[in-house]
Amino acid sequence: MSISGFLSQLLAIIVALVLAPLLMGWVNQWRAWLQNRTAPGLLQPYRMLNKLFHKESIVAETASPIFRLAPYIVFGCMVLACAIIPTLSTDLPMSPAADAIALVGLFAVARVFISLAAMDIGTAFGSLGARREMLIGFLAEPALLAILFNASLISNSTALTSIVEYLAHKEFAIYPSLAFAGIAFTMVSFAENARVPVDNPATHLELTMIHEALILEYSGRHLALIEWAVALKLFAYSCIGLALFFPWGIAEAEAPVVLIFALPALVLKLAVGGFLLALIETLSAKMRIFRVPEFLATAFLLAVIGMLVHFLLGA
Amino acid sequence: MMQIGDFSFKLEAMAAPLPIWRATCSAADWSAVAQSVAINGGRLLSLWGSDRRDGEAGGFVISVAYANTEGLLWLDLLLDKDVTVYPDISGIFPCANRMQRTIGDLLGVFAESAEDKRPWLNHGTWPATYFPLRQEATGLEQFSDCAAEDYPFVRVEGDGVHEIAVGPVHAGIIEPGHFRFSVVGERVLRLEERLGYKHKGIDKLFERTNALDGARLAGRVSGDSTVAFSWAYCMALESIGNTQLPPRAAAFRALLLERERVANHLGDLGALANDVAFAFGLTHFMRLKEDCLRLNQRLFGHRLLMDCIIPGGVTVNLENEGVFDLMTQCKEISGEVKKLRAVYEDHSGLQDRFISTGRVSHELAVTLGLNGFSGRASGVTSDLRADFAMAPYADLGVRRAVHCNGDVAARATVRFDELLESLRLIPKIVSELPGGDIFVQPVFDGARKQGAGWIEGWRGEVFVALDSDGEKIHRCHCHDPSWQNWPVLEHAVIGNIVPDFPLINKSFNLSYAGPDR
Repeated sequence: MSISGFLSQLLAIIVALVLAPLLMGWVNQWRAWLQNRTAPGLLQPYRMLNKLFHKESIVAETASPIFRLAPYIVFGCMVLACAIIPTLSTDLPMSPAADAIALVGLFAVARVFISLAAMDIGTAFGSLGARREMLIGFLAEPALLAILFNASLISNSTALTSIVEYLAHKEFAIYPSLAFAGIAFTMVSFAENARVPVDNPATHLELTMIHEALILEYSGRHLALIEWAVALKLFAYSCIGLALFFPWGIAEAEAPVVLIFALPALVLKLAVGGFLLALIETLSAKMRIFRVPEFLATAFLLAVIGMLVHFLLGA
Repeated sequence: MMQIGDFSFKLEAMAAPLPIWRATCSAADWSAVAQSVAINGGRLLSLWGSDRRDGEAGGFVISVAYANTEGLLWLDLLLDKDVTVYPDISGIFPCANRMQRTIGDLLGVFAESAEDKRPWLNHGTWPATYFPLRQEATGLEQFSDCAAEDYPFVRVEGDGVHEIAVGPVHAGIIEPGHFRFSVVGERVLRLEERLGYKHKGIDKLFERTNALDGARLAGRVSGDSTVAFSWAYCMALESIGNTQLPPRAAAFRALLLERERVANHLGDLGALANDVAFAFGLTHFMRLKEDCLRLNQRLFGHRLLMDCIIPGGVTVNLENEGVFDLMTQCKEISGEVKKLRAVYEDHSGLQDRFISTGRVSHELAVTLGLNGFSGRASGVTSDLRADFAMAPYADLGVRRAVHCNGDVAARATVRFDELLESLRLIPKIVSELPGGDIFVQPVFDGARKQGAGWIEGWRGEVFVALDSDGEKIHRCHCHDPSWQNWPVLEHAVIGNIVPDFPLINKSFNLSYAGPDR
């Protein structure tokens, strides 16, 4: 492992930890502005985390160690995910250890643990949320895999760094299959990140929520870790999207100097992405939960069509 | 003159602006009369009991109010001394079930042979032998050793059936109520409500309140319907004193009632969108509601219009400037509402959630006595403002809003129609305000009499029955339309999925405080 590799890996993780709550704050600001409301400050998520870390953690009497462990596992999974996604540079020493398939696996591990923790307490809402989360998960994961395979087919690799290097730095070409994958990815991202129209991150209506139902019993530092992990997940998904579909500006292993420009480029892309997310959320209503399978099946279908197009056009 | 089947009652017409009659009925005829009312398309409006052992009745009295197309019939069943049972009519009018159980809890007089004998308001926090509405009770007793007991919910058995318990403490800032869902997966098999958490003994408090001050208390039975309740109370008291309301006061009361309707519909239409995560609708409707409430504060001194209606008239008056402000605001709001309505109607995601959700068929609505705008959304056309147009509604020509689908979308449509109709009525009321006094001092001859008030509030029919001599209140019964509508909600969610319940619930937006009293 080279020094520059180590540094860019460290930088990627720090950037993820710092920027993720900021992205959340940015999206929330735009949501508020688009609804003609006065927006909370951009730094509100940090203040929230700060508050939660200083609060006492109350744990239900019936909780098993899984309940206490889950926030750390979920947080760890998300940090690891952010570590292997090329955000600033493709020179990531940790990346060869885990490819696109492992990335989907990481998200799945986090999902399993948070669902187990929700059921662990034995409240009706926890089980309700876990059930719904699993419904969404088992439909979203194959779709996400199929999307990533679209990119793999083009670059002949499942390693995320190789994919991004190939897409960003080889001769310019238009890949029709990626257009299908891009739409499918957007749909899966909404489902995976519990955003409108699949879930409502702002709701506290006991009976409609999915993600909120899972974390209902958490408080204090546990809740802070989970909230942070949620922000990291949104950040990770945004970065996957940017890396696959708009990879310009990411530094190569051979050119670490480009890192200086990579950060502003990333921030700019995330800012535009965050605004678009808020716009779509404002314009949509939450769909009935039994429409979610149709929604995600469409995403899967689009991803598969993308692969077919790849083979048909022989690109 | 009202005629119920072949029964001949000695009908006594009340000095009220609406057609209301009183009569007494024997225990033998009690069920038969109910049957006859039901067959002829009448509705059970309210059922309550009083302790008149000190009066000429000499015992407990069970009273019922039936409504039909001709008006309202108030029947008293005078029970003999020491008799504490009366015939059950919940088989004929299912909505009588909870009202009968409440009479049992509060007065210790029970419906004989009723199938459901569980307590309703008494959660075990006062002894089963203590009846607050009896004369020997003061209503101030403390029972520190009584704790809330488990309620025997009806169980649904079967493979994969499980229960979800929601409330009485909720995740949002709403009133307390417990909902017990029996579900398979996401599908609701049965919902059972457990209300009564807001019982605070208002009926007994009335007995310690001066009749003229009673309007303030009635206005606090359910805060979102304060105008409807205080008007109904004042109508009841004025019918006891045979007070002739000045036309200007009547016009102001109608103005306040329509303002209340506008504010509530604005708030709920926004909340409906919020329940499907369309927060854009919430923020816009809340802004409009806030404009409305602020103008209330400025012109009438209270955002929710509490205490504006007093026995004999109103406390508010308007100058030309206020009239102008009201007319300008109505124009602005109705313009905005029309735009938002177009947004709602064109939004496929929102309509997908609204249409066919929480359907109440016309037959079900009639059987269970669904009333108010929710009833009109299921094709029950009654609207007191149009049916028995009293002053000033007679000159306004209220156009009733009726829909036949009975789902959330229909209730939203009826709300939009009623909102726009109220916004049409308000400028008409203020531009044609009659001159003269806004208040006339009610005079009473000191004799103990019964009076009734009946008002179409924004949620439905508000009814007040008053037994007073103009000084002391012997009994005041305030009926909230939610009594009839809560049981309908239990039926409306059957077969729907759990996440749709908040939306269905909000489309009715029933009162907890009103029926719990």
